[in-house]
Amino acid sequence: MASARQQLPSRVLVLGATSAIAGGVMRPLAEQGASFFLAARNPDKLKAVASDLLTRGASSVFVQMIDLDDTSLHPELLETARTKLGTIELALIAHGVLGDQEKAQADYATTEAILRTNFLSTVSLVTWLANYFESTRQGVLAVISSVAGDRGRKSNYVYGASKGALNVFLDGVRNRIDRSGVQVLTIKPGFVATPMTAHLPQNGLFAHPAVVGKGILKAIAKRKDIVYVPPIWALIMLIIRTIPRSIFKKLNL
Amino acid sequence: MSKFESWGRYPRLEANVVPLSWTTDFPLPNPPATKILPVGAGRSYGDVCLLDHGTLLKTRGMDRLQSFEPATGILRCEAGVTFAEILDFAVPRGFFLPVTPGTKYVTVGGAIANDIHGKNHHFAGTVGRHVQRLELVRSDGARFECSPTENADWFSATVGGMGLTGLISWAEIRLRPIVSRKIQYRGTKFTGIDEFIALSKAARAEYTVAWIDCVATGKNFARGIFMQGDHSQLPEPLTRSKQPWLTLPLDLPEFVLNKFSIGLFNALYYKKQFGKEKTGLVDYEPFFYPLDSLLEWNRMYGKSGLVQFQCVLPWEADQQMGIVKILKAITASGLASFLAVIKVFGDIASPGMLSFPAPGITLALDFPIRREATFDLLDRLAHITLEHGGRMYPAKDARMTAEQFQSFYPQWQAFARYIDPAFDSAFWQRVTARG
Repeated sequence: MASARQQLPSRVLVLGATSAIAGGVMRPLAEQGASFFLAARNPDKLKAVASDLLTRGASSVFVQMIDLDDTSLHPELLETARTKLGTIELALIAHGVLGDQEKAQADYATTEAILRTNFLSTVSLVTWLANYFESTRQGVLAVISSVAGDRGRKSNYVYGASKGALNVFLDGVRNRIDRSGVQVLTIKPGFVATPMTAHLPQNGLFAHPAVVGKGILKAIAKRKDIVYVPPIWALIMLIIRTIPRSIFKKLNL
Repeated sequence: MSKFESWGRYPRLEANVVPLSWTTDFPLPNPPATKILPVGAGRSYGDVCLLDHGTLLKTRGMDRLQSFEPATGILRCEAGVTFAEILDFAVPRGFFLPVTPGTKYVTVGGAIANDIHGKNHHFAGTVGRHVQRLELVRSDGARFECSPTENADWFSATVGGMGLTGLISWAEIRLRPIVSRKIQYRGTKFTGIDEFIALSKAARAEYTVAWIDCVATGKNFARGIFMQGDHSQLPEPLTRSKQPWLTLPLDLPEFVLNKFSIGLFNALYYKKQFGKEKTGLVDYEPFFYPLDSLLEWNRMYGKSGLVQFQCVLPWEADQQMGIVKILKAITASGLASFLAVIKVFGDIASPGMLSFPAPGITLALDFPIRREATFDLLDRLAHITLEHGGRMYPAKDARMTAEQFQSFYPQWQAFARYIDPAFDSAFWQRVTARG
């Protein structure tokens, strides 16, 4: 464990830094004195997260208020982050929306908005970051996707498609830059007790963001490509993926 | 609507649960039509954290630290931070909670709202005495800071105010320095209340508490183990606690806990310590939180849940007849559990208008719910408490009547002026008899 800890990155860029899962990743890094560049939309929340990390031991925390849906702002944002941090060792992309499946089914504009936030804006960020990491021949690009991207289900296939597309995109990016010493980590959380899922009935499968954060850091330390957090979801999704389509299409999932 | 259970799992009331993740999440953008009540970790036993068909504001998501000043030990954090999380942060930095209850899974907001006490009450008073400052958010959007000197009346109403005066969004708590995780422990066996009182009065330790056998009768009546401890002064590595991994996975059937199984447990627990005295260095986890290592231990009581009884009785002129009467009523009922503790509270004044602790002897124990038998016993115990000038602890109560509460806390009407008009609780409805 001690050796795994030493490998943890100490200059960290977080996009969507007010996400609860990002909090679970950042806190242990702050305890070890990491520096952060945090981007998110809400200034009050950003400030609360920054104070939390500084109190826990972060060396420095820079914050930038931004709407990540506006991809034209990305290059300047990422340049600033690189300048402030010196080197970006870990970029964690954590922003996203669950969206309203029923509304999206009825209205393409809703679907497009979900795809823009979860897929297109992330693609824009990854494009810049992949090139940056490839040129510096180091770094960890960690992106929060979802188990929902593993198979389309009627209850949330728009969200699922945005994450599924992201998974394919990241597979390709990894295939391109892994050989340059860059780790591309696709994170697939199951149910996590966060504001995003607060309206859903909670059951025993809901994990605390701190537990999920630890799982992600472990995957970074082990240089994994894909991680299911908590690990039970690897098994659950294996079963879900294995169900023959002729049966799957009749299920209420 | 979903069921939100308190630790006793009784009563079970439906409520709409709204999680708060940020201190700015309240007031809610769309205020609910129902009354509201903030709830922390739900570790109080009865209904102070419940509201039938109301809206519960679950504060656990407000779990950020805001600042820490090592020179003074002052930690400022959001109200949903738990004592477990504070310990994880503070112990490796050489600090400890100023006051802690018997579980670390309580939130800062909940601890303040119930003005909790611990084994060092005679030394440090209640937790409210170590709260430097807090922010109160009212349902009309007003936010103001309260301290013992600023908005002092609001501070006094909010500490021990059972969440009714508004939402506590953040608080500043003064932590205390330690050099080791260890507690220098001494356990002493006793028999009878007089011996317990003599040990309490002679003890010089910061922490004192006794486990007492509420099943044994005859020559073993009121036997127990008096435990005292101090933070070790021998510097040792200040590591963080391991996460517990053991969870009680199911509700045990009700018949498992009966007077024979508990009598057996108590006899074994008493005899586990061979000699009259036992001393040694122990880790703070088992010393303060012996039950926290078994997550969800309340399921031991089965589906029907449990009720707690905790009273404090003031010192009586010659003999402590009140506490003896209470113990006799409990042993006669055959309903007692093995989780019974007795402690002498000190004279340090509690800062809250409705704070529970007062000088005298406090007794706390669990009862399995055996319907009328349990409720009749609780009513008898409340009567004896009243007769002897004592009071009961709202955070551990599900049964006291309006008449009893209003006799225990005659200042309740003065307190009521500070209640937020949008707030209410099942407890408050019960003890002000509107329910």
